[in-house]
Amino acid sequence: MPKDGGIGASTVRREDVRFLTGTGQYCDDMNMFGQTAAVFARSTVANGVIKSIDTSAAEAMPGVLAVFTGEDFVEVGGNPAGWLINSRDGEPMKEPKRPVLAHGKVRHVGDAYAAVIAETVEQAKDAVEAIEADIEELPAIVNMKDALAADHYVHDEIGTNQCFDWGWIEDNRAATDAAIKGAHHVTTLELVNNRLVPNAMEPRCSMAQYNRANDEYVLHTTSQNPHLTRLLISAFVLGIPENKLTVIAPDVGGGFGSKIYHYGEEALVLAAAKKIGRPVKWTADRTEAFLTDAHGRDHVTKIELAMDKDGNFLAFRTETMANVGAYLSNFSTATPTFLHGTLMAGNYTVPNIYVNVKAVFTNTAPVDAYRGAGRPEATFSLERVIDKAAREIGMDPIALRRKNFIKPDQYPFASAAGLEYDSGNYDALMDQMEKVADMAGFEARRKASEKKGKLRGFGVNAYIEACGIAPSNLVGVLGSRVGLYDAATVRVNATGNLSVMVGAHSHGQGHETAFPQVVAEMLGIDPQSIDIVHGDTSKIPFGMGTYGSRSLAVCGSAVVRATEKIINKAKKIAAHMLEASDGDIELKDGVFSVAGTDKSVTFGEVALKAYIPHEFPLEDIEPGLEETAFYDPANFTYPSGAYCCEVEVDPETGKVSVESMTAVDDFGNVINPMIVTGQVHGGLGQGIGQALLENTTYDENGQLLSASYMDYVMPRADDLPFYTVDHSQGNACTHNPLGVKGCGEAGAIGSPPTVVNAVIDALQSGGKNVTHIDMPMTPHRVWSAMQNA
Amino acid sequence: MYAFDIERPATVAEAVAALSNEDAQALGGGQTLIPTLKQRLASPEKLVSLTGVAEMKGISSAGGVLTIGGGTTHDDVAADGSYKALSELAVNIGDPAVRSRGTIGGSLANNDPSACYPAAALASGATIVTNTREIAADDYFVGLFETALDEGEIITAVKFPIPEKANYQKFVQPASRFALVGVFVAKTADGVRVAVTGASNEGVHRWTAAEDALSKDFSAGALEGLSVSADDLIADLHGSAEYRAHLVAVMTKRAVAAAS
Ligand SMILES: Cc1cc2nc3c(=O)[nH]c(=O)nc-3n(C[C@H](O)[C@H](O)[C@H](O)COP(=O)(O)OP(=O)(O)OC[C@H]3O[C@@H](n4cnc5c(N)ncnc54)[C@H](O)[C@@H]3O)c2cc1C
Repeated sequence: MPKDGGIGASTVRREDVRFLTGTGQYCDDMNMFGQTAAVFARSTVANGVIKSIDTSAAEAMPGVLAVFTGEDFVEVGGNPAGWLINSRDGEPMKEPKRPVLAHGKVRHVGDAYAAVIAETVEQAKDAVEAIEADIEELPAIVNMKDALAADHYVHDEIGTNQCFDWGWIEDNRAATDAAIKGAHHVTTLELVNNRLVPNAMEPRCSMAQYNRANDEYVLHTTSQNPHLTRLLISAFVLGIPENKLTVIAPDVGGGFGSKIYHYGEEALVLAAAKKIGRPVKWTADRTEAFLTDAHGRDHVTKIELAMDKDGNFLAFRTETMANVGAYLSNFSTATPTFLHGTLMAGNYTVPNIYVNVKAVFTNTAPVDAYRGAGRPEATFSLERVIDKAAREIGMDPIALRRKNFIKPDQYPFASAAGLEYDSGNYDALMDQMEKVADMAGFEARRKASEKKGKLRGFGVNAYIEACGIAPSNLVGVLGSRVGLYDAATVRVNATGNLSVMVGAHSHGQGHETAFPQVVAEMLGIDPQSIDIVHGDTSKIPFGMGTYGSRSLAVCGSAVVRATEKIINKAKKIAAHMLEASDGDIELKDGVFSVAGTDKSVTFGEVALKAYIPHEFPLEDIEPGLEETAFYDPANFTYPSGAYCCEVEVDPETGKVSVESMTAVDDFGNVINPMIVTGQVHGGLGQGIGQALLENTTYDENGQLLSASYMDYVMPRADDLPFYTVDHSQGNACTHNPLGVKGCGEAGAIGSPPTVVNAVIDALQSGGKNVTHIDMPMTPHRVWSAMQNA
Repeated sequence: MYAFDIERPATVAEAVAALSNEDAQALGGGQTLIPTLKQRLASPEKLVSLTGVAEMKGISSAGGVLTIGGGTTHDDVAADGSYKALSELAVNIGDPAVRSRGTIGGSLANNDPSACYPAAALASGATIVTNTREIAADDYFVGLFETALDEGEIITAVKFPIPEKANYQKFVQPASRFALVGVFVAKTADGVRVAVTGASNEGVHRWTAAEDALSKDFSAGALEGLSVSADDLIADLHGSAEYRAHLVAVMTKRAVAAAS
């Protein structure tokens, strides 16, 4: 053991049994005795002054138990931003209060200004319709450029729509400007990184209970990080003591970032449960999900690449406007800055980098981290401008990238954007990509497409990301208000099986399978005897949750450390049982033995001894076998990859079809290759969705036009090709015990520029001088670009 | 959803009687109406389900005319095959759930400007049969979601003369997968009819210039140089009026080339 279930085994995901047989337990599946329903009254205008709210008719409706408005939460705190960004002039960012319910003003369509608690959902909906709100509509601030020029504000009290104006690295600015000025060739590109609606399959749901007898609360909620949610509610919003609040995130049907954050609905149901003394549940409908889940991306960027006459990169300079929406969501200020600007060196030895990001308030839904979070934006800007540059100087796009790649002997590599890359080999990734994608056969495939009247294009991309988020000391210096370690407790039960309490939350990532593989490998026991426990603040030590491809790299490392402690203590117990000294005890295949003898005890016997400590050296060893470790990473991890794809464009209609997609990634060591492949598949689907389909559209009044599946285009199976996924080129992370780098976001980071580059290649092959098309590259946009070329 | 009563009559006569009640509404497959109710965008007091009316179901063919009961599902039309272009159209409506519940009567009564069946009915010169009368397709489609149907009138059947050759080309709106532009071309002994859905602010309509050209020469080449004006075409987040005008020409050519 564990021959078939340890590190490196493609063990089938054990959690899928319940997901695929309909026996998962999601928040909305749970019902409490005496449960009531909450429904929110939401703004139908993007910007408006709340003149008055008359709830008297609603309160008199059948089944209504309570009605809340913003007035009820004036005394409590706001939902804070987790990261302080300082502007170039040293001024701290603007942080307007984000209240539980809108007060004074509504600031985006969907902004909740009242809530009804009733016996049933339908009764609560009826009562919401009976609330008389006099809201005076104001002109909406939607477009970022207009917002920066406007003399009216999303938040009047801050007197600007600019949250911050950030420079990275300010000291590099002059050198970057000079490098661009003196360069042989400068390529410039203006591009949009389109706003995305996360669209987790399970909409958000929160259910609160309050126990008057001991003043304790329990919140079941759709969260990627229950401890963080508890911390925010306790320390900032409602002031409920942490020891009186349990937050439970049971099965969660996808998050992609949108369920990292604390939302006002969670605070509302807690307050309501206390007020009426009964459990209160709220489940978002799909429209609420579209209107109020934190959206992703939404950058407008100008990027310049300066090169010498041989194509050596001299500088990247970017100016970005990043939409933060109407309120600051918890990580919204970190995403466009430290998860974006620090990545602007990409995979390249470029010496000069300067990034300017202006974050802008608008009357739209809050924008925050979404699968990839900042790194897709960085990769997209870089890999698009590099492709454009290659065309301008007449160089093969792969050759241009290779020419500027960091080489394997340059690690650790200090990038000009301030990160220290620990390991990688980008040429090896590119070699492997060229091989598995059968690049040699491309020209023949292009001819075959042309015969069918289609234009075929090839697109390539190299990416790097910073994962394993994040070293607390470093992020603390950079403005983070939280630490980004994680924690695990390994509890060996008396009968020899294990419960491993982990801070990372699993909502599709496969932790319930992968984490036991790690522990089983270390202890040499059957992984089926190990279960992880997650998502409940009363059961796990602490945890910063799941995002930023951090679970295995950070929480998995905590699991390793705790398991090492278990092994140390178990060896002591075994030494006592075998009457040997600790140093002579070896652990192999779940058996402790005295080196060089045939004396041994099994792991199970040691566990039993720990809990039935008869004849036990209690003066030296405590009973029990349970250990906790907190792990704070020494650095980010740096997964990287080489991606390519082929597309066909129908020149008559502009419709793009992705014919192939190859993803070669360096994830370091891989614990479960099947799960990793699945994570890449999902990311690729989302990336292709962003590139071709997903079309979040607000009109000039701030109405979300794409607020349902009738208009918002989610990728479907027939929009996607079969993928070629390869992670044979791993270079172990040098600073965490598993040597792992993280794979959850890679596909969504690497694929969008790949697809756009391929479409441009296809159009150019058809004689169309199109140099850029903004995402999503809908048939209409591609056709229009061809008309104008 | 607001509360409502539901009745499930067994005959057209009973259904008509039930619908005479003010605030009563017919319920076909519910694929349009139920989502509308869920969004609280409609509040009928009573729904009269037509799914139990046996005489409104089924497909029969006689004298070159295919008669489809108004309560017949898209799946049943898809499986029939005696009017190939029509069955192929039905195969590409929505998803399996929509096809197994949605009905041809519901689709034609609803007359969504992006729906598929209206194009087939108009191009085929179909006749809409109701509990009181027969309405020629040319007189039936009035505008967006508007038809010649009176309050409480039920589509009991649709009669399609089967053409010599026909084909439907749908360029999908990528989210809903209704027609961004759909073109149905039908060639009969009397000439060619071309009906366009998805494109116009006026709803489904015929493209007479193309009909004239194709009636003389039924080939994609005959359409060379023909175009439709973008005036009055739909412009939305999925495509401009000009793009739709362009697609009308492209889809018409493809339909002619594929007609069989
Ligand atoms: C996801 C999805 C995708 C779809 N894709 C397409 C598509 O690609 N192409 C397309 O054409 N359609 C599409 N539809 C619409 C689908 O075809 C519907 O089934 C159809 O529009 C309505 O038919 P129904 O029987 O469901 O009618 P219902 O929803 O029950 O009723 C619709 C309206 O018609 C009235 N009505 C129903 N039956 C009759 C009758 N016999 N006589 C008089 N009035 C009646 C009702 O009172 C109501 O006003 C889609 C629907 C969905 C949900």
